[in-house]
Amino acid sequence: MLKGRSLLEPMDFTVEEYEEIFTLADQIIEEPGRFRETCRNHLLATLFFEPSTRTRFSFEAAMLRLGGKVIGFSEPGSSSVAKGESIADTVRTVACYADIAVMRHPKEGAPRVGAMASDIPLINAGDGGHQHPTQTLTDLLTIRASKGAFTGLTVGLCGDLKFGRTVHSLMKALSRYPDVRFVLISPEELVIPDYVRKEILQKNGIPFREVRRLEDAIGEVDILYMTRVQKERFFNEEDYVRLKDYYILDGEKMAKAKLDMIVLHPLPRVNEIAVEVDKDPRALYFQQAKYGMYVRMALIMKLLGVTEEASERKGELSC
Amino acid sequence: MLVINSIEQGIVIDHITAGLGAKILNYLDIDTSKHTVAFIMNADSKKHGKKDVIKINDVTDIDVADLGLIDPTATVNVIEAHKVVRKIQLSIPEKVINVIKCKNPRCVTSIERNAPHIFHLINEEEREYRCEYCDDIVCMKGDWQNEILRKEWPSVRYGK
Repeated sequence: MLKGRSLLEPMDFTVEEYEEIFTLADQIIEEPGRFRETCRNHLLATLFFEPSTRTRFSFEAAMLRLGGKVIGFSEPGSSSVAKGESIADTVRTVACYADIAVMRHPKEGAPRVGAMASDIPLINAGDGGHQHPTQTLTDLLTIRASKGAFTGLTVGLCGDLKFGRTVHSLMKALSRYPDVRFVLISPEELVIPDYVRKEILQKNGIPFREVRRLEDAIGEVDILYMTRVQKERFFNEEDYVRLKDYYILDGEKMAKAKLDMIVLHPLPRVNEIAVEVDKDPRALYFQQAKYGMYVRMALIMKLLGVTEEASERKGELSC
Repeated sequence: MLVINSIEQGIVIDHITAGLGAKILNYLDIDTSKHTVAFIMNADSKKHGKKDVIKINDVTDIDVADLGLIDPTATVNVIEAHKVVRKIQLSIPEKVINVIKCKNPRCVTSIERNAPHIFHLINEEEREYRCEYCDDIVCMKGDWQNEILRKEWPSVRYGK
């Protein structure tokens, strides 16, 4: 039962609960019009303490397409946080107005603080370099649609594996499926954090290898997950400049990949994927963005506990 | 031979690994309290060769569970009317709250003043703990201890 629960990190839901969300997302993709009144009278609060275009729009579009309404802020300067209010108090107050909330914050674990203070479902829309579980839902739905299953896959993760929250969440989620192996492609300075290595890979006995050159791995992977080196995660501008163009996926490298390999990217892209790759049928990152909205629609419905039939039900205030 | 008299009421933290007594004392913040404290370093021990011992007069209500984080081999004896009424063998705690301070500058605990610092044991042998919020891992062996133990917090227990 997903109703009333929060999604703070990928392991909050079981594999079966993921499947429940994907099945509903499939139905929405097939016939979106059927769901347009599902969340009528429900209110989503978007608390974005860090700039976001894609994720915020994706959540807002998801709620509006379900017939619901949205309130919120897109940067902390326009909220009471600028006056020094704590995260816990902000979320506790918002929970008096909204039925469900989405939070993005530059500090790792901030949504957990929010969820501890709130009695409405709270969704982590990215916390610093830590986790981004709804991007993982997006990634998994795209993989499921393309590969049919998650088992037996060799997944290459390339770029900023240290601060790349989408990478950490995806690895966590995939670690529960059988016969998955990882190829970790990153410069020495941006290797995966200790907790991912110890708690996800070593603890679960998941095979992985680490390489520095994309060319050395691209031929063996079924999925290539490219990431951007994020300027906002660096304390030192010099390090960012040195590492930002470390990997560039282009047509020449794509020629060395399997014919059924797929390329994913959480977006936005900067230079790490050449524009020429966009027309390659294996490049699925824009399709992935569309799946993101559908899977968020499914997630909102599940956490609110609404069904297509219950579209007449009135929303309830929960303060 | 150094002689320290027995106490009428209080606690004796015994069998502390030699060298860790100061860390326990530091953590308990006893030096600023009003209680009489005896701290013995490098006492002879049949079991360990050398040990540290701490005796605290008139205090019996210290939450000692967290002390296992610093030295799980130590024992705590609660004394009443010159007699040991309770003997506690310390162990490595599974979860500690407001004892370890997360050192990750990106962790939400660095800005959210009232968020409790919560850590979970993930590797008993290496004494590694994971932060509830950011998943950062800290090792409670060796020199880390002085940096991450929040010695000012236990003072709350004394009602100061």
